[in-house]
Amino acid sequence: MSSIRVRAQLSDGVTNVRALISHPMETGQRTDSGGNTIPAHYITEVKASLGDREILTANWGPAISRNPYLSFQFEGASSGDTLDISWVDNNGESDSTQVRIS
Amino acid sequence: MNSKRRVFLKGTLAAGTVGVAVGAGLLTPSTVLASAREGFEAGSISDALQSVMGSDSHDSGDITISAPELAENGAVVPITVESSLTGVTDIAILAAANNTPLTSSYKLGEGTKAYVATRIKMGESSDIVAVLKSNGQLYSSSREVKVTIGGCGG
Repeated sequence: MSSIRVRAQLSDGVTNVRALISHPMETGQRTDSGGNTIPAHYITEVKASLGDREILTANWGPAISRNPYLSFQFEGASSGDTLDISWVDNNGESDSTQVRIS
Repeated sequence: MNSKRRVFLKGTLAAGTVGVAVGAGLLTPSTVLASAREGFEAGSISDALQSVMGSDSHDSGDITISAPELAENGAVVPITVESSLTGVTDIAILAAANNTPLTSSYKLGEGTKAYVATRIKMGESSDIVAVLKSNGQLYSSSREVKVTIGGCGG
């Protein structure tokens, strides 16, 4: 299952996107019960595109909350179009998903 | 076949030049890949904006920041930044009292509205600052959020 849950709804020509990503977003400043630093592990970039069209690129630091939420809006899409969403984290892990605009 | 070999050699030569530049410290890998990441290391709003927006001079603009007045848990503070400004290409969200104030920045494509919502961590009560680049000019707005329990340590 994808780590990204996303809805994209078209209303009055504006597509409203709401995405929820499962990710620990560790800052690297926290310590575990044994006093060891928990290494930083956070998403650095989220990209949304509609075919060749770049809709949004989010650059994130560790100050984005755990299991991040991201919402944005754009014009010019039609119902049934496919929106691509992907993320990359500081460890080089990544995931992507597609959503049909409804 | 020979011409292919030429092309191949040219390619390796060009790549070699970049490699030498990186090796000589002229270009650090981070500047090659993403200079904007430096903004996340910056200890002040001004330095972060220099890195992300290329300037730190900004006027107050028509920007709405929606956030709770009182956030019980600093680890999850919902923030929405919205503006009626046109031609917005960049949005940055900063928490003034965090050690590194920049939480996130956004590049908007053409036709993308000046609207972004997310959830951020705040170490303590402080101003949330939103900065937008509209037609090459920076605009900002701020809003105070009080935090009961900070969300950065642990």
